[in-house]
Order: sequence, then structure tokens, then C-alpha cells
Amino acid sequence: MSDPVTVRVTVNGVAHTGRCEPRKLLVDFLREDLGLTGTHVGCEHGVCGACTILFNGEAARSCIMLAVQADGAELLTIEGLMQDGRLHPLQEAFREHHGLQCGFCTPGMLLTALDLLRTNPSPTEDEIREGVSAVLCRCTGYHGIIKAVEAAAQKMR
Amino acid sequence: MTLIGAPVRRVEDGRLLRGQGRYVGDLTLPRTLHVAFLRSPYAHARIVSIDSRRARELPDVSACVTGDELAPHARPLRSESRMTGYRATEFPPLARGKVRFAGEAVVAVLAESRYVAEDAVEVIQVRYDTLPVVATPEAAMAAGAELVHDAAGSNVLLSRAFVQGDADAAMKTAALIVADRFRVHRHAGVTLENRACLAHWNAGTAELTLWSSTQVPGLLREALADLLDLPVHRLRVVAPDVGGGFGVKSALYPEEVAVCALARLTGRPVKWVGDRREDLLTSTQAWDETIDAELALNADGTIAGLRARAVADVGAYSIYPWTASIEVIQVISFLPGPYRVPHYRGEGWGVATNKAPMGPYRGVGRPVSTFVTEALVDRAARRLGIDPVELRLRNLLRPDELPYRSPSGLVWDSGSFVESLERAHEVLDYARVRAEQRRARDAGRYVGVGVASYVELTGVGSAISASPGAAINTGTEGATIRVDPGGTVTASFGLACHGQGHETTLAQVVAEELGARLEAVRVIHGDTAASPSGTGTYASRSAVIGGGAAILAARALKTKALAIAAHLLEVSAGDLTLADGRATVRGAPDRALTLRAIAQAAYGGAKRLPNGMEPGLEATRFYDPYFGTASNATHVAVVEVDPETCAVTVRRFVVVEDCGRIINPLIVEGQAIGAVAQGIGAALLEEIVYGEDGQLLTGSLMDYLVPTAAEVPAIEVVHLERPSPTTLGGFKGVGEGGTIGAPAAIANAIADALAPLGVEITELPVTPERLFRLIARARQTER
Repeated sequence: MSDPVTVRVTVNGVAHTGRCEPRKLLVDFLREDLGLTGTHVGCEHGVCGACTILFNGEAARSCIMLAVQADGAELLTIEGLMQDGRLHPLQEAFREHHGLQCGFCTPGMLLTALDLLRTNPSPTEDEIREGVSAVLCRCTGYHGIIKAVEAAAQKMR
Repeated sequence: MTLIGAPVRRVEDGRLLRGQGRYVGDLTLPRTLHVAFLRSPYAHARIVSIDSRRARELPDVSACVTGDELAPHARPLRSESRMTGYRATEFPPLARGKVRFAGEAVVAVLAESRYVAEDAVEVIQVRYDTLPVVATPEAAMAAGAELVHDAAGSNVLLSRAFVQGDADAAMKTAALIVADRFRVHRHAGVTLENRACLAHWNAGTAELTLWSSTQVPGLLREALADLLDLPVHRLRVVAPDVGGGFGVKSALYPEEVAVCALARLTGRPVKWVGDRREDLLTSTQAWDETIDAELALNADGTIAGLRARAVADVGAYSIYPWTASIEVIQVISFLPGPYRVPHYRGEGWGVATNKAPMGPYRGVGRPVSTFVTEALVDRAARRLGIDPVELRLRNLLRPDELPYRSPSGLVWDSGSFVESLERAHEVLDYARVRAEQRRARDAGRYVGVGVASYVELTGVGSAISASPGAAINTGTEGATIRVDPGGTVTASFGLACHGQGHETTLAQVVAEELGARLEAVRVIHGDTAASPSGTGTYASRSAVIGGGAAILAARALKTKALAIAAHLLEVSAGDLTLADGRATVRGAPDRALTLRAIAQAAYGGAKRLPNGMEPGLEATRFYDPYFGTASNATHVAVVEVDPETCAVTVRRFVVVEDCGRIINPLIVEGQAIGAVAQGIGAALLEEIVYGEDGQLLTGSLMDYLVPTAAEVPAIEVVHLERPSPTTLGGFKGVGEGGTIGAPAAIANAIADALAPLGVEITELPVTPERLFRLIARARQTER
């Protein structure tokens, strides 16, 4: 165990200063120190993608990063996805197309889809499949997710 | 438009989409101690000594508890069965004396954080004397084999047979016998949320609360009360938002017993959140069976008889309450499938080895039985030169033959076996697909079509247990519906949702039956303190049994609400309709009372109620469908095999399913497609592998592969919707079916694609390596 270090990070537009052990995972820092439990831990080895957040605008696995690596960074988590108190078009589309069942992969899936649509606003079905294949969903068979991302892409263009 | 049958968007999505779900890992209580388990590195060993001194001295470590130290505070799990030929064994919450599989919990460390608890686990010294590892059922059954449970006296923990007619005689006189040995490897459910639990002991009231990522809070409450020596009403079990179940979370786990006992022992909340390694090491796994099966046919292609012997590797422990029999006995129970099988003998054995315990997984037994039977039917079709669809049509039970008692004693109350096959045939455009297949073959490509038809028993009532022989009742559920003075409705169930959308579907049932507005109905589930007694959600039972209880309670309330409204409006109840939250006089729409006004009268006392009526507006009703109801489907897969890379691509997948009356088509489709995706994983990717030393070789999601969006094609789902004649509401269960049909359909499609090479598929999953060997062997034989 080492002495705590200071981590300054902006999450969903709000500046936070926290103190934690250097070994603390970013996802645990978000969940335990900042109380943002919407980011989920599914595998802790960077495969399942449930913990995906946007790190300086890019999708990143918060379970294989340390909190100290986020010092000075801007993060977006699921709690920051709504806009002006309204669901983001992706959130709306997931609801409309039954893109979630148990909801555990959903935060990581939504942020991965957001990253995809920011870099490719008009993806083909194959590109959506490729893009969201970064996150495992065990419930939906991905059908509703693909349809939702297609619908959201149209709306966001 | 009626609410039952409407594609209502889900109520639960609002919170889940905003990251406001509350899973066990998200819950915090003041002064919580976090647990890390020291787990056995060996598959089979005696525990010689445990030295926790260095761990205890670490700052922020509160306690290190061994199995012997925990024993006075919690009894071992013991899963009983009524089955003759079953040997009950014990599963201690922490190992005592010896460990029986790699990953078994040996010491519980309690600390201020999980990080510190894991530090402490690292410095605990355990000395083990390793024992010979029982690695396979064959080794376990050999003379002089090491015993996994000395007290059982044998590694064969159970055996059972189903017999109808004379299968041996049928084999002798048959025109054709197709037979083979089938092997279905070990499988993991891989819920995205790992198992987790949090226990709180209230010393003042002597009450224990357990929050657990479980499918079965009611079942846990009663079992834990027994193991912890607490009256049931001092225990509350809550399943909050749960991140997937698939059967894996339907057993009582040692960790749940341990955290409860530790919370009581320390007086502090105790929390354990499993990680993926622990999940793959210790959550119940599935299948791991070898089946020798023979199908006898007459010259006209009708089935003469079926004979099978199934041996299951049940791992180290018999899980509570389902026992080690749940998988293999279901296999031999369901092997005859939706077919007319006049003579049948199925024998099954469950054999203990030094692996993680085997338990129920989506479809239980039926993914395996369907794979075996459908493979044999296809093989018979090839041998007889009959189209596989045609051969099935000659053998599927027709509606006029139902209800039908299956050779293992199950009752098919109804079914659309023939219709689902014919419809699948039509939706696929079978003739066109066969023509395309011929063209592909001419061009040197290997394209195949595979069909699988199955029937499953859902909404099983009290006639039999959901797990054959298990010593608990799984046939009933209750619903309590309460209209409060504000006119809003709360419906509570002993069911526990982990993705199925009960908060939406059960609200649809309640709103429609009661005549309330959908938005006025709130569904509560997964909390034993808030619901009538029930067990939980598993075995495709919730829509059938919970929905039935909802109908009964809603109807009782509606009768009372109408009687009150009739009294207040001075009309007869028969002149009133109750819909959309208003009781209205027929033909006089301005004469009406809202449900809120009726409720206020109901709670307002005698002056506003009909003479002698009891105040209040709530009802509790229970439902028992007794036998349960048959759900069926036909799956068709079109695949292409790349003979160079041995990769299999699923080009098309058609499901024609009949789950009876549909409550919400959006959710039925989601269940069917999601289950097919798991079936695709089972057919092509997913395999738990143990080494000869009992070490798990697939301990990460890099090694255990679940399908991503890139491996699952668009899946076409057609609903037949033939209501069950035997259940209230006409509902049949639908949660498991996709996983039952898909592996068989894909395996048959691969065999069909490779028919020019004479390749048969007898082993799942069909990994590229297995396919490479099969193709290489076939080509060698050709030369």
C-alpha cells in the first residue's frame, strides 16, 4: 500500500478532486469515490466493455486504467449522457428498439455507440456490428442494439 | 387496443439507460466490511494447516475466517432428492478438511476495502496435501477411483431411467438404426454482472437482510433460515437490479451463506462482489455430458424406438436446491422431443469429479437432448434419402394427438409442432435455399441448412418439481395487488427479474385485468419483505405462474371495485364496466367513478360501502398450473463453412416459436433472439476447459468466448401464438427456448454443408479445430 495521491478530474462537466491509492482502478474511483455507480465492472480485464467511458472524448475501458492516469482528464460517464434533462437520442433509441434487457452492459454499450457515431455518423449495419462488438451483451443478441444505433444515427445526423 | 399483446416500451429502461440501476455492487451501507475469499489452487487436496497471522496483522483487516471457524454459525448446504438412486452430499460454505475443486473458498478475509482484503489473501499460508484428481466421469467410475465425497461411498451421485414399451425389441425389428456417441462440453452462463451479495445483521431486532444478485430470493430466504438457524420471518432477501441470470443465479451459493453468517458474527455489513475469475471458477456450469443414443426407424421413416445412455460430469458438489441431477435427468426426460416415440429407454448417471459444480443453464437438458435427437433424425433422413423436413413431418405429434403423455411422463397439453415446422419451411423459402445450396456446392462452397424442432415444458406447476426429484415445491407463485387511496396500484410478486421486463409485462396483465391505467400500475419483485411467498424466476415460469396469479388477484379486486362503484352510483355491478381507471355505467358515459374515488370509498369505512363489506382494496391470490404447459418452436439455420479456415458463418436464422398468448411482442422477440445468440455461442464458441490436473484453462473472457455483435446474424422471429388451453391467460414460457433449438439447428446445418465429405457433427461446440480434424479425417478416408 502506498500513500494516497490527489486526482483532479472533470467528470460530466463537473470538476472533482479526490485522493486515492495510486493502485486504485479508474472504475473503482468513479464508483466508490465519486459515487457514479452507472459505470459497471464486468470482467476487470478489458474484454467485456461494461466499464467503457469516454476519456478525453474517446471510448476507454475504465477497468484497466488507474485513477491517477485520469488526472487532468475530461471524462464522460453514463450519468452525463442526458442533454438538458432529456434522454440522449441513443438512450431514446435503445428504449424504442428494446436494446437492453438486464441493463448491465448498457452504460458501456451506449458510450461505445456514442464514440462510434462521433467518428462515423453514417455507419452501415456491418460497421455498427463491428463498432459495438467492443462490448459484450449476453441478453439481447444485439438485434435491438443494432436497430437502436441505426435509428439514433439517423436522428443525430 | 388491449394491453396484453401490446408492444409497450419497458418501464425499467428509464433507470437503466441513465445509469440509475441499482445492482448489488452499487449498494453501500455504513461500516461495510468487504470480503475476499482465499480459493483453493488445487482441484483435490487435504487442508493440512491455515496460518492467517500475517494477514490479521495488516492494517484495516478485520478478520480471517476458516471453514472450521465458520461451521458453528452456518450449516453446510445439503441438497436432498426424492429420487431413488440419489446420494445426498454436503457443500460447506467454506471448505473443511479438504477442497474438491480449484476455486473452492477456503478462507474469508474481511477488511475495510476489497483491495486490502485481497492483499491479506496473498499472505495467508495454507498447506495442502494434494490428492489424486478425479478428472473425468470415466476415471471417477473406474474401480478403486479416489472418492470426491468419502461419505457418499461412490462418485456416482445419481442414476435414473425412463422406460416406455420395449426399446430393445424395437431395435431388433427396425429397418434402420442410426446411432452414435455425442459429446457436449462444459459451458458457462457468463452473466455480465458477476455474482455478488451484501448482508446486514440488525442486532436490535435480530433480523438479517441479504441483498443478492439472485434469481430466487424466496428460495434463498427459506434455505438460509434453515442453515443459519433463524426463523424465516427474521430473514429478508432482496434481489435488486440483477445483471442477467440464465439459470446460473438460481442456486444457493456458499458465498451467500458465508456473508450472512459473517455479518451476524461481526455485527457489521459484509459485502462480496465476485470478479470474472471467480465467476468462471465457481459459478455453476452446464452440460458436460456424453450420450450414446440409437434411433430406430421403420422403412416408411416413422420412428420405431429410441435408446440412450447419458453420463454427466456433475463436478464436485450437488447444488441446492436443484441437486446434481438437474441437467442429465432432463436430458433423458426430453430426448424423445416432439416426436411420436412408441418405445423408449433413457438412462442417466451423474458422476462427481473435481470441477466446479454443474447446475441449471438456460434450457436445462433440452439443448443437449435436442442436439442429439435432431442429429439422429437428420442422419436417418440422409440414410433413407428422405428430405429432413419431410421425415420430421412424418414423426411430429399432430394437434389431434394432444394432450400427449411423453415416454418420460411429461404431458404436452398442446402444441403447434407441425405448424411451426411448416411455417419455418415457408418463411425460409426452403426450396429456394436448397437450390442456392446446390449452386454453391457446384461452385465449391459448403453451404448447409439445419432444422431443429423442440418442445419444452414451461410454467411447471406442483405436479413435478422444476428439477426432477428436488425436495422443494416450485409450482406456485402469488400476487398481491393493492389499490391505495390515491388510486394507484402496487402489484407485488415473489418473482425476481434479471432482464425479462416483469415491471412492464406484469403491469400490462394487471392493468388489463383490473381495468386500471398502465401508468397507474407499479410492479414490485425480488423482495421477500414486500411480496407473497414464492421462489423466484427460473424455468420459464414467470409469465405463466406469476401472470396467472396476477390475473386471479386482479379479477378479485375488480369484482370488489365494481361492487363499491355500483353501490355509490346506485346501479347494479353488472351495468358497469371498469377500464382505463374508470368505472362507467354502460350507455351513460357521464355516470362514472375513477378508481381513485372507488379506493377512497373502500378505505373510508362502512358508511360508503355496501352493507357488510370489508373495507380496503387489496387482494392476494396464488396460482398453481399443476402440470405446466408445452412451448415449442422450430429453428432453421443456414450456415457456410470455410473449408480452409474451418470458420462457420451463420448466414440466416429463422425462429418460428409458439409461446401461446403474447403479453408483449417486443419482449418475446428479445427473449427469443437473445437466447438464440447464446445458442450460437454454445454451438460454435463457448467451452469451459479443464486440464487433467483439474485446473481451469478458460479462466478469462479471452479464453472463454461469448458471441459479440459480429458473430450474431440478424435473426428472423415468427410468432404462432396458439394460446395454452391449460393456463390462465393462455400464456406459455418463452425465456429459454432459443438456447434449446439453436445449437441443434447449427450443428445440423454444418453436417448438411459438409455432407459431400460425409462429416457428421457429434460434438459441441464445433470449434475450428474440431472441424479441421473432422474435415481432414473425411478427406483422408476419401483417398
